[in-house]
Amino acid sequence: MRNISPKTVQKIAMTAVWAGGFITVAILLLIIIYVLFQGLPSISLDFLLTAPQGGLSGEGGISTVIVSTVYLIGVTLLILVPVGIGAAVYLAEYAPSNRFTGFIRYGIEVLAGVPSIIFGLFGFVLFVTALHLKFSILSGALTLVCLLLPTMIRTTEEAIKAVPRSYREGALALGCTRWQTIAKVVIPAAIPGIITSIILCTGRAIGETACLYVTMGGSAAMPTSLLSGGRTLSLHVFYLAMETRAMDKAMATATVLIIVIVVVNAFTNWLAHWFYVRMNRG
Amino acid sequence: MKIPHHLTDKFAKYTVLVCAASSVIILAAITVFIVLQGMPTFQKVGVFDFLFGTEWRPTYDKYGILAMIVGSTAVTIGALAQAIPLGIACAILLAEVAPNRIRSFLRPAVELLVGIPSVIYGLIGMVLIVPAVRHIGGSGFSILAACLVLTAMVLPTIISISEDSIRAVPHAYKEGALALGATRWQTISRVLLPSARSGIIASIVLGMGRAVGETMAMIMVIGNAIAFPKSPLDPARTLTGNIAVEINYATGTHESALFATGIVLLIFIIVLNTITTVVLRRGIQKHAEHLT
Amino acid sequence: MEVTLNKNIESLPYLDNVKLRTRMANLYYNKFQALRNVTLEIPSHAITAIIGPSGCGKSSLLRLFNRMNDLIPNTRVTGDIELDGKNIYEKSIDVVDLRKRVGMVFQKPNPFPMSIYDNIVFGPKQHGRTNRNELNKIVENVLRKSALWDEVKDKLEQSALALSGGQQQRLCIARVLAVEPEVILMDEPCSALDPVATLKIEDLMRTLREIYTIVIVTHNMQQAARVSDMAAFMMMAGDRAGELVEYGHTSQIFTNPRDKRTEDYITGRFG
Repeated sequence: MRNISPKTVQKIAMTAVWAGGFITVAILLLIIIYVLFQGLPSISLDFLLTAPQGGLSGEGGISTVIVSTVYLIGVTLLILVPVGIGAAVYLAEYAPSNRFTGFIRYGIEVLAGVPSIIFGLFGFVLFVTALHLKFSILSGALTLVCLLLPTMIRTTEEAIKAVPRSYREGALALGCTRWQTIAKVVIPAAIPGIITSIILCTGRAIGETACLYVTMGGSAAMPTSLLSGGRTLSLHVFYLAMETRAMDKAMATATVLIIVIVVVNAFTNWLAHWFYVRMNRG
Repeated sequence: MKIPHHLTDKFAKYTVLVCAASSVIILAAITVFIVLQGMPTFQKVGVFDFLFGTEWRPTYDKYGILAMIVGSTAVTIGALAQAIPLGIACAILLAEVAPNRIRSFLRPAVELLVGIPSVIYGLIGMVLIVPAVRHIGGSGFSILAACLVLTAMVLPTIISISEDSIRAVPHAYKEGALALGATRWQTISRVLLPSARSGIIASIVLGMGRAVGETMAMIMVIGNAIAFPKSPLDPARTLTGNIAVEINYATGTHESALFATGIVLLIFIIVLNTITTVVLRRGIQKHAEHLT
Repeated sequence: MEVTLNKNIESLPYLDNVKLRTRMANLYYNKFQALRNVTLEIPSHAITAIIGPSGCGKSSLLRLFNRMNDLIPNTRVTGDIELDGKNIYEKSIDVVDLRKRVGMVFQKPNPFPMSIYDNIVFGPKQHGRTNRNELNKIVENVLRKSALWDEVKDKLEQSALALSGGQQQRLCIARVLAVEPEVILMDEPCSALDPVATLKIEDLMRTLREIYTIVIVTHNMQQAARVSDMAAFMMMAGDRAGELVEYGHTSQIFTNPRDKRTEDYITGRFG
């Protein structure tokens, strides 16, 4: 090794570094292209608007699954967004730098690292069993709120912190109370950033499976209320692949999933960039 | 009827405080519920027999999770062994080597890789990797297939956090090394990577957490056999998979044993998390010392 | 220390219409002392300039009067700071009410990211005024006072961020006027503006003097000489910041300073 000149070492190392990047992109392209290639031909309006047969049959479309997914995410956001914004406001605007704040931050940190299936166990014992919500969309949504809360808090806190100090000073100097300043100046200014975090959480909710697998029941029927069971697009992919081996339908559903995720991702990036530019202009 | 503003202010403050405390409350509730549910197993089976028992046969009241601990550990180590070199290489590429044009394409790609749902990784594993592994031997549903799928899943975590920590190294370090006539690679390997060490370690620990916690993709490709795996080509079961596969029909001690599996997982994650926090904090302190 | 203090009190001009007063005011950020035994009296319906080199505590002194220093954690204030003879650091004082009476204009124009109209009605609305007609009147009134009406009357619904720097700063002044304060504090209001915009703000200050008490921090000597009636010179010596060296009528400070340090600073020997 000593005898090789630094330039040769550099050449080898750079090749390895480029290879690393190349492999990463290759993996991504492989996944996306393969899924789209396999799934796109099976997608039609019919597929989107027909109910799946459920059970061990892989036939049918994904209409009820789409409805369950929208239902689940709607309920989740309804609870998640206010709590998340509240927590973020506390951390960004009020929290003194003391042990208690440190404790809360550590809690959020740990919660963010807890595996999805543990949230599932928790949701199963608390919401499904103890609170008698059964395997339902509501149980799934409540579990999902717990899972997404750390993400929502952290990204919203960033958005609130990005609001220039001068806005706060301006409002306070006009004789506004702290809460008026937050509610009327800081939060409105942070709205695009907050929307970014909401979309980010939506993306994660769409992709989440493990905690929902053990709390939502997985019924393929059209949900009639929040206490109906249901399955999300991701769960549907899992059931199709594992229980029916209807790989073509699984691929078609996965294609819908990937398209949604890519769109959500692109939109989040665009919005985050727009927010950044706006906050650094004024 | 106007409410005095200091009352509204106080009310608002305590409301958002409760929101902030909710995370801690949820964490505490998770711990309490899972521990309460899992405890009976430890009493009935015994901690030692539970952790090191090689047989998991709920119908015969045998609850040993060693095979699953081995399964989880094997897929995690296998995935990290591939993802660490690949991830650090990619992080270096993104932070130091790649021209902006390529970076602006690579970074969103890495972000997208994070966003892809785990069932899709599992699906790809089932239709592409499992049949490929079958050519080497066995059924294809195996630890090896799980390792390959998991590699792709932890890769983006390692890349993005490592890249951030390499970028966070003060510019002066790099300039200092280059001014001494070091080559670009010498600067990267002797100055940048050592300075970014704590962030890179943190990225690995976080990746490990993600690997240990992954459930659905693992169920889809690892075969879920409860037998003790003897080779990478054998099917196995992970701790997470064990919970997910059986919880919906388990009752009594069986159900409690699944919660006990959850306790083991939870302890593992909290330890990993504390390591990350400590390592990252040290790294920040070190940088701060250098800067002042 | 004692010597400096006595000299300050001696040099105080006799004022019969004191609006703001500090007596032996000290300000600490953690262990750092930002103001040292500052004693001065600020007359109403006049412009008082606080001058001195960067970091000498001018802004800290200014922010004492509307308690903006409260926002920084671990600050401590000792001594008396009075508005109309009442100590504003007493427990019974409502900071929010105080800030309605004592408005502030900042170094960098900081309009909120909303329309021109909404920026101005923001304060009155928060303080409970909701009548649309009344609000419209306030908007026209304060925009006229701040010499901005003719420039913006046709685009009140446009974003305030689209205005030029100078217009933004006059909007910020208008926003303060809308709350009907008694005192306006200005923290280097022209430092981010070009000379033309600066002159406009100075003209504005002269007209506002009739109605309000104005205190301005500036490190621009010419500006202080041009607009102020009273001038306070602060400085730092070594690591000791926040000392009030001399206070008096602007004409006296600039033509016949009593303290050697004031003279040195004004004639440009340092600072």
